Amino acid sequence: MKSTATEFKRSVRVSLEDADLQRAMGFMKGGFVDKRRAAVERLPEFDALRKVARGIKEHTLQNLDFYLEAFEKRVAANGGVVHWASTPQEACDIVVDICRKAGAKRVTKSKSMVGEEMAINEALERAGFEPVETDLGEYIIQLAGEPPSHIIAPAVHKTKAQITELFHAHHARYGYSERQTEVPALVDEARKVLREKFLSAEVGITGANFLVAETGSTVIVTNEGNGDLTNTLPRVHVVTAGIEKVVPTREDVSTILRVLARSATGQEASVYTTFSSGPRRRDDLDGPSEYHVVLLDNGRSQMLGNEFHEMLRCIRCGACMNHCPVYQGIGGHAYGWVYVGPMGSVLTPLMVGLDEARDLPNACTLNGRCQEVCPMEIGLPGMLRQLRRRQYQNRQTSVTSRVALALWSRLARRPRLYRSVMGAAVALLARLGRRRGRFRHMLLAGGWTSVRDLPAPQGSSFQNQWRRRRREARR
Amino acid sequence: MSDSRTRILADIRSALNRAGPLPESIARTLESRLARPRANLQPAIGADRIAHFIDKLTSVSGKVTRVDRIEAVAEVVAAHLESHALGDRLVVAPDAALDGIPWSNRLSVERRAALEEDRLSVTGAYAAVAETGSVVLLSSPESPTTLNFLPDDHVVVVFESQIVAHIEDVWARMRKEKRAMPRTVNFITGPSKTGDVEQTIQEGAHGPRRLHVILVSG
Repeated sequence: MKSTATEFKRSVRVSLEDADLQRAMGFMKGGFVDKRRAAVERLPEFDALRKVARGIKEHTLQNLDFYLEAFEKRVAANGGVVHWASTPQEACDIVVDICRKAGAKRVTKSKSMVGEEMAINEALERAGFEPVETDLGEYIIQLAGEPPSHIIAPAVHKTKAQITELFHAHHARYGYSERQTEVPALVDEARKVLREKFLSAEVGITGANFLVAETGSTVIVTNEGNGDLTNTLPRVHVVTAGIEKVVPTREDVSTILRVLARSATGQEASVYTTFSSGPRRRDDLDGPSEYHVVLLDNGRSQMLGNEFHEMLRCIRCGACMNHCPVYQGIGGHAYGWVYVGPMGSVLTPLMVGLDEARDLPNACTLNGRCQEVCPMEIGLPGMLRQLRRRQYQNRQTSVTSRVALALWSRLARRPRLYRSVMGAAVALLARLGRRRGRFRHMLLAGGWTSVRDLPAPQGSSFQNQWRRRRREARR
Repeated sequence: MSDSRTRILADIRSALNRAGPLPESIARTLESRLARPRANLQPAIGADRIAHFIDKLTSVSGKVTRVDRIEAVAEVVAAHLESHALGDRLVVAPDAALDGIPWSNRLSVERRAALEEDRLSVTGAYAAVAETGSVVLLSSPESPTTLNFLPDDHVVVVFESQIVAHIEDVWARMRKEKRAMPRTVNFITGPSKTGDVEQTIQEGAHGPRRLHVILVSG
């Protein structure tokens, strides 16, 4: 998918004025935030497990080449094939080639963020195949012709009424002419339409939450069961995965699963956790006869050696975006690419270029909630700050901000000057704002006052108040 | 394609400040870690595994019926078919553990993988996990995976002795029995569900609408 992250500021304005989006985002708090908190509170070992999970990922990353080769060897022993791709384009070519050789017409897909990175649906369509998203959320946005707005709930921005209209418009050709307005009926209609697709596809593509070096298995975690119909019914099963997904053993997967489901949806366990290890065995009665794993790098090996290497611990649970006040306000589309929210603001600049995504590192209040809830304890705010520093060094920051920052740093490094300037400024603002208690317009702060008032200082500066109190206390 | 393999591995090694693969001695240590995995930290669960399993599975809308002998499975399944108006046909996994079930003559029973039109399947399980309330199925000629996903209703026959405490116990048991990974290992924790429409949880998304575990004692 082509990044539109350069349009961030305009997209934010559109999102904030979109009543349907704002209504849909309103469901998020009760859905994700409250459920996660309850699930974490029910598990006293949660924090200890988080430390262990982080340790597993760190150990694997430090020996990533070893574990990838071990994984590859065991996939081959199971009768599968591992393909390596440096770029999304290369990964698409590999998948298209597999589909051609399989003589495929229809390709079912279960949700895969690496698939989104690759823009595999466009590639398949261009090559003449019919890709069908089968996760309900992905299916909804495929019908709408939109990208996902959340990494685990891709259609979180859609209201029920919008889904009713989408299904009504697209399902008539399958003989469903009635408008379904209730959730059970909507889900049931999609189930029936997609069942036909599952049964007729020649190739099924899934992502992977984990790759297991010990056994050469790929693991998916889902609730709907679409992933399992995708990897069981077609003749060919293709797995797309980032190279950072590998972990050493099944025991390690078991540990991370305990923090993954709770962080993502607040479930203790997802409904379906599935380990796939190669094609059907000789006497099996069902299952695909070919099994391929496409490993995608796309900048990950570069991150391994720099200050963003923590990001490779990410298990794509979505907790950071669920708890981000910026994401909650604007939804995922404004971020302009596949990954959204705090993790997206780090990954997008690293994968598509800082120049292409210059607003993203700045779309953060540094409140730190994302890091607090991250099951892998990834220092997201620190990395966003690091990206801002890079922008400053690369002169990608606007002239106004650069001048303002230069002035500020001069002031902030001279305590006496700082105190007297700030003391005077606060006193002046307090006097000017005495009557109303706030400012509607303010020189150099138009970005702030265009959407809200600036509260006027109530008295003297903090440092002045502090000194006065100390003096009084001493008396 | 193999060029990319070489490039990716070289990039990883240079990022890790190494010129080539891991030194032999370290690689051997890691190999042995892979060969003899140990469980990491596990959450404590109560002493009564069976009660814990039932509690967890029912809390995610799974149904559990307890019987005292395998023969009783026939009646429970017949009642399930009737209460959900599923007709009189069922497909049963060709699993020897299910051979002794005396199906009523009124039912048409086939032992095979699932087909599109099947409404109810009966399978065995390899294990069940108390911690999460999951049943664990390994694909094999006796346990075709389609039975777990295609029918509207999935009935799983589990023996109490098959319930283990934690996920890791399943792996330990497979290793002890020298059982290689089958094509698929399914951990199933309740009926299929989705929250994709306004975060309203709706059961029966793509997989079974109902999951019914018949727990056989002894």
